Amino acid sequence: MTALTVRGLTKFFGGIRATDGLDLDVDSGDIHAIIGPNGAGKTTLINQLSGELNPTAGVIRLDDVDVTHVPIHRRVHLGIARSYQITSVFLGFTALENVMLAAQGQRGKTFSFWQPVARDAPLVERARSLLARVGLDDAVHTPVSAMAHGARRQLELAMTLALQPKVMLLDEPMAGMSRHESESMVTLLKSLKGVCSIVLVEHDMDAVFALADRITVVVYGRSIATGTPKSIRNDPSVRAAYLGDEEEPA
Amino acid sequence: MVAAAALILLLALAPVIASLAEQPFYVTLLSRMMIFALAAVGLNLMLGYGGMVSFGHALYIGVGAYAVGILNFYGIDNGYAHIAAALVCGTVIATLVGAVCLRASGIGFIMITLAFAQMFYFLAISFKQLGGDDGYGLTSRSDFKLFDLSDNTVLYYVIFFVLLLVLLAFSRLVEAPFGVALRGCKENERRMRAMGFATWRIKLTAYVLSALVCVLAGVLLANLTRFVSPSYMNWTTSGDILLMIVLGGLGTLIGPVFGAVAWLALEEILSSFDLGLPGNADAFIRDHWAIVLGALVIAVALYLKDGLYGYLGGGRKAAS
Amino acid sequence: MTLALFFAQLLNGFQLGVLLFLLSAGLTLVLGIMRFINLAHGSLFMVGAYFAVTTYEATQSFVLAGLVAIAGALLLGAALERMLIAKLYSRDHLYQVLATFGLILVFNELARIIWGQTPIFLNVPDVLSGTVNLFGFEYPAYRFAIITVGLLVGVALYIVIHRTRIGMLIRAGASDAEMVAALGVNIRLINTAVFAAAAALAGVAGVMAAPILSVQPGMGEPILILTLVVIVTGGIGSIRGAFYGALIVGVIDTIGRSFLPAILREVFERSVAQAAGPAVSSMLIYLLMAVVLALRPSGLFPVKHG
Repeated sequence: MTALTVRGLTKFFGGIRATDGLDLDVDSGDIHAIIGPNGAGKTTLINQLSGELNPTAGVIRLDDVDVTHVPIHRRVHLGIARSYQITSVFLGFTALENVMLAAQGQRGKTFSFWQPVARDAPLVERARSLLARVGLDDAVHTPVSAMAHGARRQLELAMTLALQPKVMLLDEPMAGMSRHESESMVTLLKSLKGVCSIVLVEHDMDAVFALADRITVVVYGRSIATGTPKSIRNDPSVRAAYLGDEEEPA
Repeated sequence: MVAAAALILLLALAPVIASLAEQPFYVTLLSRMMIFALAAVGLNLMLGYGGMVSFGHALYIGVGAYAVGILNFYGIDNGYAHIAAALVCGTVIATLVGAVCLRASGIGFIMITLAFAQMFYFLAISFKQLGGDDGYGLTSRSDFKLFDLSDNTVLYYVIFFVLLLVLLAFSRLVEAPFGVALRGCKENERRMRAMGFATWRIKLTAYVLSALVCVLAGVLLANLTRFVSPSYMNWTTSGDILLMIVLGGLGTLIGPVFGAVAWLALEEILSSFDLGLPGNADAFIRDHWAIVLGALVIAVALYLKDGLYGYLGGGRKAAS
Repeated sequence: MTLALFFAQLLNGFQLGVLLFLLSAGLTLVLGIMRFINLAHGSLFMVGAYFAVTTYEATQSFVLAGLVAIAGALLLGAALERMLIAKLYSRDHLYQVLATFGLILVFNELARIIWGQTPIFLNVPDVLSGTVNLFGFEYPAYRFAIITVGLLVGVALYIVIHRTRIGMLIRAGASDAEMVAALGVNIRLINTAVFAAAAALAGVAGVMAAPILSVQPGMGEPILILTLVVIVTGGIGSIRGAFYGALIVGVIDTIGRSFLPAILREVFERSVAQAAGPAVSSMLIYLLMAVVLALRPSGLFPVKHG
């Protein structure tokens, strides 16, 4: 069962071909990692999958629905949600308020003008349980401005989860984390298997090989190899293009 | 919080104090202050909570005033008709104008709101039957049947209650789903869209709501002055309201009220009072107070961070 | 509606357009490079006009009046930039708008104090007080001179911007100011120079407009708003947008005001046309702006950003 299908995705920026006929198949419930050298176009790919960027050509199908040109705020309601490489949480709110905001975005009913959001018990409850899920139940009322970087990344994940996605696009969720924080995040992401499909862009190879069911290698905007972690590790073209002379990850 | 309560109490008691001191003029002056405070509170929903800088909201004061003026011209004095007409016209115009303005980004948005306000200014001037440039004097104030607006004190308290009502409504609104979403749009619109919010619709709604509050202010202003003039839509009026908001405190609901009161008080003092300055300075300032105010505007823009209300120990801010 | 009348109004439209171009070119550069909204640009226009009139009254020399006005506007612009404007580059646009709004109040009141509220006038210089013969009909020489000077300035601007090193820096700055600064260019100097040059252009417009407008406090603001319409329609930061936008706005506004009432009278009954005529003609350019925005939010000739 394929959750997400991409065929021939192409994106031109002026003369630059950021995405060059890229194909991708994400199976339902999988964690599908996207790796590749810097500048390979991974973030551009995520931007097109999420709906923030309009592809020049190609097709993106979510569960057999063509979402190629659906704008992001509507695509979220169809089941694709993303997190950001640079933490995009709301500094002026607390952790709880951030997750509540995300949950509100998913639920809709934003054009309500009188009842305070804080008294919306189901919304608050959902937000609390999501915070507990990502391990932030002790930071519920902490203003985000007072949270450490690692905690903010966890919050970012909670907010993305609040959108109840079928496919979650995670853009370098481990960025800037310490070893300890990364390990926690890996455990957390593992626990999400089955909840939704995950497309994971990451540079942290330990995490990638620990998590991924399938890996796609992207170089210069196109996919040069796709397969299980084992087959990718042993693929000579991948080694040449990307892993190079690096030590094999454990 | 204390400062806010004190101000409200002061405003509530002002007519009593004024009549005891036999200075009825202050009832009119404070009425005017509250009308502009109302407009400022309205604009602040968009500005302080939504992050959108409109330099053309005086347009809606004009819409409110002209709704009263036009109906009055045609012999319709019913206050409820005035308000209904003003709100309907205001909604239609604000939706259309707002939709076009929001096509543009930050810088463009500011310039376009200014341009549209000017367009309606010219439109108002072309109403020859309402005196064009010179304006039009109402034959009477709006007739609300239940109370008599021709009494200045009654009008004062009507304005006071409208202001309180709007402040109350907004205090609920900013904590409701809409208000929270609006504040989110101010901080990070891109993320909001990535969370499924139709940000354009949220911003347009905020624009229209703030416009309608200004429309109410316009209806009240026409009643206060018994006069309707294109100058109500002048862009300097828009600038004054922006200044009142910044002066009073951008991120709070009641800050703009402080700003409006302070600014209009200053205007009044500079243009009428004897400040006891040496030489010809007093007369100079009375004649040319605009220069002092202009310099103050520049100073406020340069140096004022939290506004008067923040300085007085003011309360919780909107998402900073 | 004779052809001669139409042609005359068309040229008048170009003349207004050229004045608007001088103002909008400078303002759009300041907007594009320093991302600064200068509402006081109209005041610089006013200053140019006042300086010109005063100098002429003192010296009877139009040339000297022009030079003093332009130099005065340039120096004033540079001083303003250093003392006030530069402090606001990093601030939210709200504060830029407020501060320059304050400047307008100050300048208008200063003009009132120094020159009084009543308008003062500058006569068209004798050598240009006649008419020129264009394609067989007579057009005021002075207005024709404005068009010529304006186009020459336009050409000069084009040469500077597209053919010189400083122009290249300016274009780069309009596209990506941070990058230019990161390359070690003295961005402070460029900023002051751009602002001062914009002020000088406003001064030129002020000098040229002085004989055909009444010079009085507050004369800058109506022109400023037209300038903003030009910039929004043409594209923020785009000189080409300012050029075409200014001509379009100038022509549509002038032709609209002259002929729309007559056209309306043909189509509608008299009282409707009487009422609607002046209203619609003055609203015409704003409606144009709205249409452009609806179709192309970045303007007709937007600058591509890095």
